[in-house]
Amino acid sequence: MIGGLFIYNHKGEVLISRVYRDDIGRNAVDAFRVNVIHARQQVRSPVTNIARTSFFHVKRSNIWLAVVTKQNVNAAMVFEFLYKMCDVMASYFGKISEENIKNNFVLIYELLDEILDFGYPQNSETGSLKTFITQQGIKGQHQTKEEQSQITSQVTGQIGWRREGIKYRRNELFLDVLESVNLLMSPQGQVLSAHVSGRVVMKSYLSGMPECKFGMNDKIIIDKAGKGGVTNEAGKSTSGKQSIAIDDCTFNQCVRLSKFDSERSISFIPPDGEYELMRYRTTKDIILPFRVIPLVREVGRTKLEVKVVIKSNFKPSLLAQKIEVRIPTPLNTSGVQVICMKGKAKYKASENAIVWKIKRMAGMKESQISAEIELLPTNDKKKWARPPISMNFEVPFAPSGLKVRYLKVFESKLNYSDHDVIKWVRYIGRSGIYETRC
Amino acid sequence: MTDSKYFTTTKKGEIFELKAELNSDKKEKKKEAVKKVIASMTVGKDVSALFPDVVNCMQTDNLELKKLVYLYLMNYAKSQPDMAIMAVNTFVKDCEDPNPLIRALAVRTMGCIRVDKITEYLCEPLRKCLKDEDPYVRKTAAVCVAKLHDINAQLVEDQGFLDTLKDLISDSNPMVVANAVAALSEIAESHPNSNLLDLNPQSINKLLTALNECTEWGQIFILDCLANYTPRDDRESQSICERVTPRLSHANSAVVLSAVKVLMKFMEMLPKDLDYYGTLLKKLAPPLVTLLSAEPELQYVALRNINLIVQKRPEILKHEMKVFFVKYNDPIYVKLEKLDIMIRLASQANIAQVLAELKEYATEVDVDFVRKAVRAIGRCAIKVEQSAERCVSTLLDLIQTKVNYVVQEAIVVIKDIFRKYPNKYESVIATLCENLDSLDEPEARAAMIWIVGEYAERIDNADELLESFLEGFHDESTQVQLQLLTAIVKLFLKKPTETQELVQQVLSLATQDSDNPDLRDRGYIYWRLLSTDPVAAKEVVLAEKPLISEETDLIEPTLLEELICHIGTLASVYHKPPSAFVEGSRGVMHKRLPARTGSGEGTECPDVGNAAGGSAPEAAPSIIPSQGDLLGDLLNLDLAPPTTAGPTPSTSGMQMGGMDLLGGGLDSLLGGDIGGSPAMGAGFGAAPAVMPASLNAPVGGGLGDLFDLGGGVGMPMGAYIPPKTVWLPAMKAKGLEISGTFARRAGVIQMELVLTNKAMSVMTDFAIQFNRNSFGLAPAGPLQVLTPLGPNQTIEVSLPLSTVGPVMKMDPLNNLQVAVKNNIDVFYFSCQYPISMLFVEDGKMERQVFLATWKDIPNDNESQFQIQDCHLNSEAASNKLQGSNIFTIAKRTVEGQDMLYMSIKLSNGIWVLAELKVQAGNPNYTISLKCRAPEVSQCVFQCYEAVLKN
Repeated sequence: MIGGLFIYNHKGEVLISRVYRDDIGRNAVDAFRVNVIHARQQVRSPVTNIARTSFFHVKRSNIWLAVVTKQNVNAAMVFEFLYKMCDVMASYFGKISEENIKNNFVLIYELLDEILDFGYPQNSETGSLKTFITQQGIKGQHQTKEEQSQITSQVTGQIGWRREGIKYRRNELFLDVLESVNLLMSPQGQVLSAHVSGRVVMKSYLSGMPECKFGMNDKIIIDKAGKGGVTNEAGKSTSGKQSIAIDDCTFNQCVRLSKFDSERSISFIPPDGEYELMRYRTTKDIILPFRVIPLVREVGRTKLEVKVVIKSNFKPSLLAQKIEVRIPTPLNTSGVQVICMKGKAKYKASENAIVWKIKRMAGMKESQISAEIELLPTNDKKKWARPPISMNFEVPFAPSGLKVRYLKVFESKLNYSDHDVIKWVRYIGRSGIYETRC
Repeated sequence: MTDSKYFTTTKKGEIFELKAELNSDKKEKKKEAVKKVIASMTVGKDVSALFPDVVNCMQTDNLELKKLVYLYLMNYAKSQPDMAIMAVNTFVKDCEDPNPLIRALAVRTMGCIRVDKITEYLCEPLRKCLKDEDPYVRKTAAVCVAKLHDINAQLVEDQGFLDTLKDLISDSNPMVVANAVAALSEIAESHPNSNLLDLNPQSINKLLTALNECTEWGQIFILDCLANYTPRDDRESQSICERVTPRLSHANSAVVLSAVKVLMKFMEMLPKDLDYYGTLLKKLAPPLVTLLSAEPELQYVALRNINLIVQKRPEILKHEMKVFFVKYNDPIYVKLEKLDIMIRLASQANIAQVLAELKEYATEVDVDFVRKAVRAIGRCAIKVEQSAERCVSTLLDLIQTKVNYVVQEAIVVIKDIFRKYPNKYESVIATLCENLDSLDEPEARAAMIWIVGEYAERIDNADELLESFLEGFHDESTQVQLQLLTAIVKLFLKKPTETQELVQQVLSLATQDSDNPDLRDRGYIYWRLLSTDPVAAKEVVLAEKPLISEETDLIEPTLLEELICHIGTLASVYHKPPSAFVEGSRGVMHKRLPARTGSGEGTECPDVGNAAGGSAPEAAPSIIPSQGDLLGDLLNLDLAPPTTAGPTPSTSGMQMGGMDLLGGGLDSLLGGDIGGSPAMGAGFGAAPAVMPASLNAPVGGGLGDLFDLGGGVGMPMGAYIPPKTVWLPAMKAKGLEISGTFARRAGVIQMELVLTNKAMSVMTDFAIQFNRNSFGLAPAGPLQVLTPLGPNQTIEVSLPLSTVGPVMKMDPLNNLQVAVKNNIDVFYFSCQYPISMLFVEDGKMERQVFLATWKDIPNDNESQFQIQDCHLNSEAASNKLQGSNIFTIAKRTVEGQDMLYMSIKLSNGIWVLAELKVQAGNPNYTISLKCRAPEVSQCVFQCYEAVLKN
């Protein structure tokens, strides 16, 4: 199991050091600093073995978090734990920075004591941790016996993510369908790979212990409903065309996985506040919001002509925002002249790229940029690698085609019904790694 | 005011001030002081002097302060065991506290204090906590049993905690179950044969129920535990699989991977024609692909595992090639792993896409990645026959880029393609030849030379090309030299008329001017082959070579099976069994020397190693079998004529060989050898040190074969200068008895012999000769037996040895085969020398160098041994070892255990680094040895034992 956890600043100074196992000595702290943080070459693996001791690390801005062990631990679990640790810290004190860690070191030690025992991860849900690990640290004395047992049953219980007795005057929930669409396209316009990874993020402000049921236009359910002639619970019969094929999805631990496995229905008791309900991935019938058409011509050895056309490919009534096209330039660029029809374009020498920004663009439009790049003559034999042209944007729809069909709330003990809950749904499609080779 | 200020106090007298503050009456001040102490502790300052003052703060109702004090206690209790007792009362009291959080905190902390006296007091509170009404306390107590077991296993068994822990598996609270499972699994690991976990259908059922309800971490513990279970039949296996598959949709990647592990393992039991089997296969692919959208570190873990899964069950991901395409922004470790998997998944169906991708990658910036991409193209060609042509043309395009490392890499893989598809793509040779000058890496040069030799008949200027390499023959690496030798011999056999001079040149370079035994041997073989029977030579050298196989880098099946059982863990990341990197009681002892026969240039990447292995000894397999016979004949020639040579230096055989060469034609080469044999026979009898090394080599090699028949007389390793033992009994040697030992005196290795004549006649004309051996031991002078040895006479002789003789690896490593001649006959025996006599006087390493070297040597090369019943303290041991040139460089004392760091240098320049753990009062030492040549470890350990015990 996990033998110890260290946090370092960018210089390699220890900010936090907590050892859980006897086989980890103080020298492990130095071993990691010397061999990884101060290593001459860039580290080529997130797992390092130094003298029979294994180190796992992740970096957050310039803070290093390292887990050390001498056993054959579950490596995936260690990384999941490190990410979780970062989440927990972030929810307690915001950004993970040297300043914040030093300011909260007592709290961090307290957290490390609670969420890792003898190197075994324990309950790490921020919601329940915050009920008894507070920055005041003196809450313990003033709690009643009932409060205490409520805390412990929540920490260890079946529904560790939600406490009882939550009350809201207005029962409200917000659903965000956030998708990032990824594309790799050949210069000829052939799609090499494309996929959407999506998240359904929910903010719930609901009283009591509500039972929720979430429905979307999942092809498997719709087909099943269509074949069996059963009208689905939403009452609408949806045509097969509007359903989407989900390659795979994963759920927050509140979702009853066995029920999803058998009936493909998504039912759960939600945590309070904001959390991620599910993640999914699709690869079929993706709407690619933009098409990038590059044209690069080398004119002699000291000049490059670049022309890039972007075409928006969605309903004309919708508006894409925050559009940014990044056209890489060779390292020996000496000067660039740019002409663009729309937006602003600039050559950024420090980033070796021409950055073209357009604030807004409606669907079914196209725009163009052309640039002349002057090159310094070099004797470097190696050819320029021609990194792909990348794009960033935000569109108000889900490129996968996912639609939320319903989200029902049942709370039998309290007197509010599904109709009383105010629900908001929003779709945002963003670019993930959206690249076109040139 | 923020807490960061605690990190900045570094003034003098700090400890004193802190002491005052800790004893302050004001609560706030006290807390501030404890915080300062913890901050100092974190940055590595020693604040153990404040122990009593900090412990005094423990009696508080402030939970935050209490936790800080506990943290301090966990760190320093072991260094102050007596004072730590002061804390016991508070712990025991806290275990009775009405607040479950405080009860749990007390029992959790107490388990972390590794002081025997405290553990005794822990038992009662722990027993209560295991049965506490609050699940939070029970789940903490469950883990505490594992902690206690780590400190004192016997105590845990005696107190019956294991049974209580087993009961907790049926607890109503899922988290208690999960922690109990985790604790039991860990304890069971150190008792491999105990039936602690006692998995049976009922308990499995309980675990599967808890699986649905506990936290993500608990699910991991349970799944990892389930993976150790073996279902009774396929039906049980299927029902478990059905209940585990929902976990594949969990957001936590570790849960998913552990579920995959259980499924991969249990799937083995399912009949392949079962519908469910197919369904399960289909269900596995999507979650594995989803893992690739996780954070990069997790992607890396996932990819390493997918690499195993793809080898075990290629059908799962065969349609998912695209997701392994490399993204421009992927970290390098992800890129390299993806590339590996792409090659494994390459098939006729997707090869076009794969090739297009690989070509794209070959223009990236990262050198390692580009090289691997080029290699991947070659592997695609070998794997998918239909694509070979396209691969070759892609490689040619890449060669045109003239990027140096791309060209070299491409040539290496084209050579492999030639070996897979002979006589198909030779048209590209011209292009390859154009790039001859840019090749500066041995592997690429060797590959190019191989191509030129193999296709010499189609390359008009093959002789010129090879000749150009010959100019700098001595500066080439062995790999290139060997290849060049073979290539020129091939060329000669194909175009004998024009290349006679060239072949003579290379043969003489290889046999006379080289110190490398491999090269010399190969040279001699060719030489004799060519001179005795050119037709046979043609059959041997130009024999049809076996085609290279498709998959050269697969993990060996038994290891793969083991690694599949470790999916998700470090073992699956390293692709090594846990025993390779986990130390301690879990079966890590390297009992045997690994029989590693790799070439000198060790490469990390398995496929690189294989490619090298595939090419370098290409002609060797067909030739080696004949070597023994040939040399056997030669040996007979040499030894059969009973010469009467005295200890006079003979005319050098090397000179004669040289003259023959000058004489010209091949026919005369053979004659020259026969003519040379009496001289060589004489050389054997003569002072061996003067013998020309080049002729000595094959003779020695032949002797080795003979000696094996003689059987070795093992010498027990008893002492630093071991007592004399009988090496050659009189019965076996016509009345000559030889006993002796080895010693190192003032830097000179000496063989101390006692010769006894138990025969009736006088013995004269003694001479001694060693067979080639691991460390090149050879007599540094003649055996000084000046007076004839009469019947029943004994003479003691001391023979100085040098370490510059010919080298051949022996088994055991320190085996020495000796031939002694007298006027009656030649006698053979073998003996073992203590390797300690090879430890040189300047073997003391700089501390810095030691540290760096220790880290630098891969952990695979480390061996651990136990030395039992040794009653020296570390000081005395160190002194004693120093006498044998084992130098202590540093000493560290950790918790009553002395760690000695030592270095040894062998006469052949090999360094051995050692870490000796000596615990006061414990007669058993643990020693870890690290060396770049791990074969010597066993011998070095024997020396330690011998030296320390005498």
